[in-house]
Amino acid sequence: MAKVKGSIIVDIEKCKGCEVCVPSCPTDVIRLAEDVNGKGYHYAYMENPDNCTGCANCAIVCPDGVITVYRKKVNK
Amino acid sequence: MAENVINKDIVKEENLVYKKTDLLTEKPLSYCPGCGHGTVHRLVMEVVEELEAQDKTVGVAPVGCSVLAYEFMDIDMQQAAHGRAPALATAIKRLFPENYVFTYQGDGDLAAIGTAETIHACNRGENITIIFVNNGIYGMTGGQMAPTTLPGMKSSTSPYGREVHSMGAPMKITELVAELPGTYYVTRQAVHTPAAARKAKKALKKAFENQKLQKGLSFVEIVSNCNSGWKMTPVQANQWMVDNMFPFYPLGDIKVPEE
Repeated sequence: MAKVKGSIIVDIEKCKGCEVCVPSCPTDVIRLAEDVNGKGYHYAYMENPDNCTGCANCAIVCPDGVITVYRKKVNK
Repeated sequence: MAENVINKDIVKEENLVYKKTDLLTEKPLSYCPGCGHGTVHRLVMEVVEELEAQDKTVGVAPVGCSVLAYEFMDIDMQQAAHGRAPALATAIKRLFPENYVFTYQGDGDLAAIGTAETIHACNRGENITIIFVNNGIYGMTGGQMAPTTLPGMKSSTSPYGREVHSMGAPMKITELVAELPGTYYVTRQAVHTPAAARKAKKALKKAFENQKLQKGLSFVEIVSNCNSGWKMTPVQANQWMVDNMFPFYPLGDIKVPEE
């Protein structure tokens, strides 16, 4: 069955760690990193990359527009 | 140095589904983490991109947190004196009737010092779009009470909460302008969840397209958060907004053109 897999790229230096993307993710992929970026913010990253479906919810609510979303159909 | 873990199978140009529009400049936004302004900026620019109107859109920035909107939106922008954005937008629209003209204002700008300009521009039925970001507080100057502050809501100038008998009741300016004959489309939206943001984008697009119809002013209120002013984390602020702001400022269309 064809399955959709997604991936996000976070513009780490522009992420302000507001955490709005975390509850918006329906598959619980995103977390804030323990590391900080150059401005001292905990940036968003993919904790469970295998669950990402590329729905772009996180990118749509991101106030700073730092998330880029990719999606691909894979056969399993 | 932190880096993204890139899955090279998925991250390819042909698989791209969503990316920040190029109409937003590369400058990092000056807003606090989690502020709704950034989302609204992006949605407005996405609408302009979809209308292919980058070279014929003129925005008017207000005074307030979004005073630097012209730094982030890669279109022609003006910056108006405090509250006077609808008057400036009126002039621009009358001089360039073919252009899309919008104002981007906060609640202190639109509903306090600019009440006269707002109401008269709406009453004259200028063919412009007003985008009104309502967070119930003066964010930039340090969280003072605004006309839209809710009863009982604490701000730096109402530290025990807004008392209606001495400070007046909050003003629902969106309902007010909907009563005027000059407004064509009046709606209230939010951007705190993906679904709300998608709906807000549709409303913004409709508001821009209405300018071509020459039927009057389109007014889009976005109920937003001010986590710094409300002294909450962004996620808490969004929840507080759902619990407290939405009962008083219910989302949805207030005035829809008759078909």
